[in-house]
Amino acid sequence: MNAEQALIAYVLRLADNALILGQRMIEVVAAGPELEEELANANFALDFIGQARMLYTCAGELEGQGRSEDDFAFMRDEREFQNLLLLEQPNGHFGDALVRQFLFESFYVHLLDGLTRCSAPGLAEIAARAIKEVKYHLRHHSQWLIRLGDGTELSHARVQASLDDAWQYTGEMFVADAVDTVVHESFAGPDLEAVAVLWRRDVAAVVEQATLALPGDQAMASGGKDGRHSEHFGFLLAEMQTMQRSFPGATW
Amino acid sequence: MSKQEWPLYEVFIRSRAGLSHRHAGSVHAADDQMALDNARDTYTRRSEGISIWVVPSARIVASDPAETAAFFDPAEDKIYRHPTFYEVPDGVDNL
Repeated sequence: MNAEQALIAYVLRLADNALILGQRMIEVVAAGPELEEELANANFALDFIGQARMLYTCAGELEGQGRSEDDFAFMRDEREFQNLLLLEQPNGHFGDALVRQFLFESFYVHLLDGLTRCSAPGLAEIAARAIKEVKYHLRHHSQWLIRLGDGTELSHARVQASLDDAWQYTGEMFVADAVDTVVHESFAGPDLEAVAVLWRRDVAAVVEQATLALPGDQAMASGGKDGRHSEHFGFLLAEMQTMQRSFPGATW
Repeated sequence: MSKQEWPLYEVFIRSRAGLSHRHAGSVHAADDQMALDNARDTYTRRSEGISIWVVPSARIVASDPAETAAFFDPAEDKIYRHPTFYEVPDGVDNL
């Protein structure tokens, strides 16, 4: 794999992460617990969809074969998506979805921060835009984690269970494969080991403030970066792609 | 799940530097920080502001509509309180 191929794969992964998480969040639009939280979730989901659009367009330009953002989003199959497993996990209850957002965004801000200093054409600009959005998401979700963890006995127990359940999907974020390594070395991309240290520090601080317990070391699930997804993914993709699959090229 | 509603907060937004905060509406929130977040997500989605204040609605002291007459009517016929009876001398540009 040469540096250009690795960069395209890398940008597509970032785009897949943003799209799949955005799609998951959109599933609960109109089901928010309060009007204000409903609006926040929809805003955040659209932030991710917007990032996915910029990143797919960037990947298409790097690839130079005329593939559009829609081609990447709607015309690829399950194995071609390389998003993290954490992001495709079902929404579950409010605490489950919140923990998923918190764990990912704690990682994503540091990843984006690294990317703002990378030398890849276009990517640094996209990261600079995205990081402002994600910093706010993280603030919002950190506060919710603290509120629920340090809330009632019931909210504490439920959100602790959410944290324990989601933990197995966090290891994958920090395992650098060939794509990560090439982008790190050839384009001054983020160093995942350094990101892992920052992530651990930040997550531990919020979890402690939330009076929750950090889950212990355990076997970590992986496969998302290789296109091997959990059983939930096919359903997500089917719903997301049905229009373009049924009416290819349809516009409105 | 409790059906008890979260307390109401009034939202004030300053649209740009130099202007004062103006009342934009209200949000429900369980605590102060959430009120600020909710105000941001509800009222500044289209770049409406650069600063937000939130105040618990219960802490606002309001005039009583029943006392409107006593409160405000007496000012109506005091036209001499409007500075329209003074002639501005020539050469005074800024008064």
